Amino acid sequence: MEYISSILNLFSENEKMIYFVILAIFVGIEVIGGVPSILHTPLMSGANAIHGVVIVGAIYVMLNSDPENYVSLALGFLAVLLGTLNVVGGFVVTDRMLEMFKKK
Amino acid sequence: MQSLLSIIYLIGSVSFIMGMKMMGNAKTARKGNLVGAAGMTLAIVGTIVLHEDKVSPVIYGLILLAILIGTIIGWMTAKKVQMTKMPELVSIFNGMGGACAALISLIEFNHVKNTTHIMNVVEHLIPNQPIAPGAFFCILAGLVIGSVSFSGSIIAFLKLNGTLDKPIRLPKYNIVNTIFLIGVVAFSAYLFKVETPVLIYVLFAMALLYGVMFVLPIGGADMPVVISLLNSFTGVAAAFGGFLYGNYVMLTGGILVGSAGTLLTIVMCEAMNRPLFNVIFGAFGGGAASATSTSEKGTIKDISVADTATLMNYSKRVVIVPGYGLAVAQAQHVIHELEMILEERGVEVKYAIHPVAGRMPGHMNVLLAEANVDYGKLVEMDDINPEFPNTDVVLVVGANDVVNPAAKTDPSSPIYGMPILDVENAKHIIINKRSMNAGYAGIDNLLFYNPKNSMLFGDAKKVLTELVAELKTM
Repeated sequence: MEYISSILNLFSENEKMIYFVILAIFVGIEVIGGVPSILHTPLMSGANAIHGVVIVGAIYVMLNSDPENYVSLALGFLAVLLGTLNVVGGFVVTDRMLEMFKKK
Repeated sequence: MQSLLSIIYLIGSVSFIMGMKMMGNAKTARKGNLVGAAGMTLAIVGTIVLHEDKVSPVIYGLILLAILIGTIIGWMTAKKVQMTKMPELVSIFNGMGGACAALISLIEFNHVKNTTHIMNVVEHLIPNQPIAPGAFFCILAGLVIGSVSFSGSIIAFLKLNGTLDKPIRLPKYNIVNTIFLIGVVAFSAYLFKVETPVLIYVLFAMALLYGVMFVLPIGGADMPVVISLLNSFTGVAAAFGGFLYGNYVMLTGGILVGSAGTLLTIVMCEAMNRPLFNVIFGAFGGGAASATSTSEKGTIKDISVADTATLMNYSKRVVIVPGYGLAVAQAQHVIHELEMILEERGVEVKYAIHPVAGRMPGHMNVLLAEANVDYGKLVEMDDINPEFPNTDVVLVVGANDVVNPAAKTDPSSPIYGMPILDVENAKHIIINKRSMNAGYAGIDNLLFYNPKNSMLFGDAKKVLTELVAELKTM
């Protein structure tokens, strides 16, 4: 019983967040609906760039790191670097793909 | 300051949604990508500039250095890569995002275990609790999903660039993998109870290993689906980071990609007529060999370049079926030249684009667009199939599985049920291939033995160049 009530608590404390998640899932489905198959590759690549938003978390970790904690700083540095690769590489390669459609 | 940052995150979130919506339409796609990029830049700059607490300049320096290095490497790689190599690149960038999510979790785990620092961060998530189980769950989920996405993407990359060209399967790999996955989940649950910081690295290693085991048995032909799936995994990992920090821009971006990516994966599977379950658990090309032996298939005719030129020159309608082999041979420009010279002679030329031509849906369109082929000449499968009976010559270049009639006739074939281009309805078929090797899916093609078919052997670029030269003399 205690276990169930703790789950229920978790729900009520995060109610807004859970609503947000569910609505966002539907937005994601809606946004992709009816896309012609020729655009699947650029779209996948564009979505790939967008999940690079995880870099915001990496920056956040760095900003809150103790300057003396070298392990944390080293891992954080790597995380920001990899996140940037994901964001910049993702958007640039998507742009290159879409540039070709635009020419016509 | 904090409210300004919230507004920036809101703008970022809306730009992601708008950007993805615009990317669903060929006219607005490029602008959509830029809208997303602008929102991302705003979110990143806002996070750094509008941070409230005092931060040591060393940390600012490190962040900017990491961004600088990442931008230079990412930009150069993305600009330099050949369009044929693009699926590999998307896979690598996806892996980087997964690794980023995993590293965040590693750091935050140590924060939770070693200091009280994280408590400030997650206070608003689950108040009045010494160690927030919700935050802990987000950290572990982000770690596991991010790591799986990272190592899986690396394996997908190696498979696409040919380093790992054969699927490697442990005996009973499905059962082994499933048990291992349960093990990973159970171990995560165990970490809830036992608070030994070192064990998180064990979980990290297990998740990485699972990513490898997950992708290794899957055949190369299914890699686009796998990349798309891992893409949505990374989205989910990013969303868990958003949960952890109560950060809405991470949540929107992550969930959007998670759900859109999953749907895109399913749509791709449908285009190949391969249920997602079969991609992950099924064997491709294993067992079920076709019963027909070579002697029953008939004979193969070949045709010279000169005869091909003559045949095409006196045709009314020609359809070109391009496949990945065309791109590998770098023959996109030559084929465009061929198309133009035929058009000059009054021959109507179209390209038949199968949904999975190339290595990803839409990949072939990108490759041909790069060679300046008119967008309007690229005809999708459902529109071109009724036109084949009125077509004089079909030229298949570097494609195989997408024209294999076994998909319709042979229930034992691994591609059975996949919609194909009905090239056998045309009056003549000419197939350009380097040799008689089987296609990417590793299966024989009965079309080669069709009486209407002639084989034009040779490297696509070389043969097409000769063909263009031949046509010019006519």
